[in-house]
Amino acid sequence: MIDKRKTTNNLDWVIILLYSVFVAIGLLVVYASSHDEAKPFFDTRQLYVRQLIWVGTSVILAGFILVTDNKIYTTFAYFIYGLILLMVIGVFFFGHEVNGNKNWFEIGSFQLQPSEFAKFSVALALAKFLSNQNINLKNNRTKMISLGLIFFPALLIQLQGDTGSTLVFLSFFLVLYRFGLPGEILALGVGVLALSVFSLVIDKYILIGILLILAGASLYFIKRTRAAYFAIAGLFIGASLYVTTTNYVFNNVLKLHQQQRIKVLLGQEVNVKDADYNVRQSKIAIGSGGLLGKGPLNGTLTKYNFVPEQHTDFIFCTIGEEYGFWGTSLFVILFLFLLTRILSLAERQRSKFSRIYAYGVASILFFHFLINIGMTIGLAPVIGIPLPFISYGGSSLWSFTILLFVLIKLDADRLAVLR
Amino acid sequence: MDTLASRRKVVQMVFIIISVIFILRLLFIQVLNKNYQQLANNNVLRKVTLYPSRGLIYDRNGKLILFNQAEYDLLVIPGQLKKFDTANLCKTLGLDVEGFKKELSKAYKYSKFKPTVIIKGIQAELYAQLQEDMFLYPGFYAQVRTVRTYPISAAAHILGYISEVTPKQIEKSDGYYQQGDYIGTGGLEQYYEKILRGKKGVKYVLVDVHNREQGSFNDGQLDTLPSPGTNMYSTLDIDLQQYGEKLMQGKVGSVVAIEPSTGEVLAMISSPSYDPKLLTGRDRGKNFSKLYADSLKPLFVRPLKASYPPGSIYKPLLGLIGMQDGAIQQNTTYSCPGAYYVGSLRVGCHHSGFVNNIIEAIQHSCNAYFCMTFRRVVDNNKYKTVAQGLDGWKSYLASFGIGVKMETDLPGVGYGFIPGSDYYNKIYGSGRWNSVTIISLGIGQGEIGFTPLQMANEMATIANHGWYYTPHLVRKVDDDTSTVLKKFKEKHVIPIDKGWFDITVDAMKEVVEAGTGRIAQIPGVTMGGKTGTAQNPHGKDHSLFICFAPVENPKIAIAVIVENAGFGATYGAPIASLMIEKYLNDSISTPRKYLEQRMFDADLIHNKYQPTPEH
Repeated sequence: MIDKRKTTNNLDWVIILLYSVFVAIGLLVVYASSHDEAKPFFDTRQLYVRQLIWVGTSVILAGFILVTDNKIYTTFAYFIYGLILLMVIGVFFFGHEVNGNKNWFEIGSFQLQPSEFAKFSVALALAKFLSNQNINLKNNRTKMISLGLIFFPALLIQLQGDTGSTLVFLSFFLVLYRFGLPGEILALGVGVLALSVFSLVIDKYILIGILLILAGASLYFIKRTRAAYFAIAGLFIGASLYVTTTNYVFNNVLKLHQQQRIKVLLGQEVNVKDADYNVRQSKIAIGSGGLLGKGPLNGTLTKYNFVPEQHTDFIFCTIGEEYGFWGTSLFVILFLFLLTRILSLAERQRSKFSRIYAYGVASILFFHFLINIGMTIGLAPVIGIPLPFISYGGSSLWSFTILLFVLIKLDADRLAVLR
Repeated sequence: MDTLASRRKVVQMVFIIISVIFILRLLFIQVLNKNYQQLANNNVLRKVTLYPSRGLIYDRNGKLILFNQAEYDLLVIPGQLKKFDTANLCKTLGLDVEGFKKELSKAYKYSKFKPTVIIKGIQAELYAQLQEDMFLYPGFYAQVRTVRTYPISAAAHILGYISEVTPKQIEKSDGYYQQGDYIGTGGLEQYYEKILRGKKGVKYVLVDVHNREQGSFNDGQLDTLPSPGTNMYSTLDIDLQQYGEKLMQGKVGSVVAIEPSTGEVLAMISSPSYDPKLLTGRDRGKNFSKLYADSLKPLFVRPLKASYPPGSIYKPLLGLIGMQDGAIQQNTTYSCPGAYYVGSLRVGCHHSGFVNNIIEAIQHSCNAYFCMTFRRVVDNNKYKTVAQGLDGWKSYLASFGIGVKMETDLPGVGYGFIPGSDYYNKIYGSGRWNSVTIISLGIGQGEIGFTPLQMANEMATIANHGWYYTPHLVRKVDDDTSTVLKKFKEKHVIPIDKGWFDITVDAMKEVVEAGTGRIAQIPGVTMGGKTGTAQNPHGKDHSLFICFAPVENPKIAIAVIVENAGFGATYGAPIASLMIEKYLNDSISTPRKYLEQRMFDADLIHNKYQPTPEH
């Protein structure tokens, strides 16, 4: 039934080309921001050499995915999900601590971060679950199971101290929305997010006062039924409780540096002198690139380590400084092209599984894009997540490669799948 | 499913909106806002100033009197510190451990990565010891700095010193000086600042986030090398200067010696003086406050700034003016009754008897004769009024550089003071004063004031029989002889006939040979001079003496003033003549050794301020 020739015939070369371009840009900027002239050119201590090794293995992985049977992913989705969860749990016992986050496995001089692969597993499992016949996201049981699939690994990762990777799981709401989650829930989510921000900025009593006025005002605009009164009263009480507890959660659950990063983004006074140092340096580096940039390898700020984490989370600074506005805007447009290409791929799938999975891929990539670039230009809080395909790091490159190539494989075999 | 399909568009819109927001934001920070470029340069570009070495100063015989010596500042970069033996480091440098730790924590607070100076001005010898152990103290660095050094502890007032620039000086310098730079203050250091300082160089370097140098900027195209300051040769004879300072020890006053043929200042002493080394190096600030607070004002440059009533040393000038204006003749006689009487006024005279001519009047310093001369000068028929007469007299004095600014090459030159008609009009009212009112001007007392430099220049002018070059302290500047020193090559000729100078010189010769200045005689040297004893409101009379030698071919003209020391012959004449003897003969003849010893020993300051012993 499955013909290999058919697979290759139907490969989406546009996405493969985009992938290659991104990986090449990644190698170039990792080289620019991390090469050490004092060391030999090919030396595994040089980060770009290590990245080259990761790229090589990623290509092998990609090839492997393309030649294997796609049933591995569709049939064994839950199995893969469980396996990766076990690995994430395993980190608690056998893990290696880096920067206060205990979420690494160490293999020789290379390190692997299982939490990076958890997103892939959730995308598979969610696709599997939602592609069942007779599934309706308006059904509460379905909602609960979906949220459970998403948030169980997220919780484990949060327990490891990696808030950035945890937040990525929020991206699956976009998938749920696309496949039937009532828009009100998304609106509620956005409302909760807005309320969180306001409760950190405005005094809680004033905020409750405002909520009371809003609740009162809304009574004028809706049908005053018994149910409406209850709904509004419930919403008001819920919101007030939320507002009063947000500060507690903020102060007691979030780590100090996370609190500061959020405060910086909200433009609040921060006592610690250099809490906004990263963002300031990052904006200076990007801003100094100007229209045309300083040219390849000429980014003085990134070269001399003014921007922290510049080869991983702040890699976009190097693009901004060395290639200027034309480079950054081209990059954003390319990324948008990749995202929309994935969406159109999703819509042409016959199989519901493939379509849902494709949305998962697009949502994850979009969330990384949103937060990572957003933080370097001061539009998002500093949350340590990599820029897909570009940031230095094997786990993230591997996981994004797997994520994308499984999609390419599913897409290539789409005609062989029965509806 | 169909209704849900429209949600695809919603998701797609979200993607597009976010991308557009990103692009607009990037457009703003990368293209529209130029601020970031500036901030980036502030981050990575450091302008390092390369300081030139300051010009050296030699004396007239080529002896080095001011040069630069290396001194070291100890810097610390707290972020690079490792565990080290604090006690040992402090021991090597002779520091107090507690104070050192305090400085270290201050540096920590300032910056972990930027260097902070924690110890200033470590002497070269001390640094040599430290240097061997520097590897034990990672995080510490030494930075070399040059300081001014005086091989001979003399001429402090003339040389001046260097000190950190004030904000006002920075503002006035059109961006040349930066905070922490040094600038010449006082003396030649200040006057010739632009020649001595050289030209600063600049180096642009790229630094990384820890302020470590990473290389040059633009291949060093904007960098410039510093060019060292220009060396100069002073007119001072440092041996004579030192000898004079020794003679003036224990006395308050001034000595100025000039070579009449060139206007070059051979020695300029302001007493009490101080060791110039006090105002360099580590303890400069402390020493400066001490000197500043001293009641004898050792920082005050008396030869330039102090204005004294000249007393009798001004009489030769009055004689010259009188003869030139025809107020008196060479042979004008006067019978001195021991005082000058006019109306109810009496001006006393140390001398009495018949004065045959002006020569005798100068020789014996007859007060009465010069009161008469002064009245004839200002009441001269040549002038319509006494006011015009006085102003005529004033302009003669101005031609000698008296009462006007002497454009010498030291900062802070005083004018002295010569009252004119406007001055008395203000006090008494126009037409309400006459030659009698101002009779004390006839004997160099009253409002009249000369600076010691003006006194010495008077002597040099008379020795030259009527001309002078502006006294100055630099005779040669390397690479530049034309412009800076040009004004010292201009000959100033006095509008008085040479014949009158011949008579005055003869008279001054008589002063030393058979008059009030006999004590100044040097065997084998012809000398002209004039004593002065100036009354003043501050106590005992000032002792003054001006003289020059040899008379036929003047090599040195000198003015000495010792404050509150009595007669001119008591201190002024011996000190002046000893200096001339030293300068001309290089040594003091045996018969005059006792005089030299007496001057060395005389401690007028101490006698004056000695507390009365209790009984």
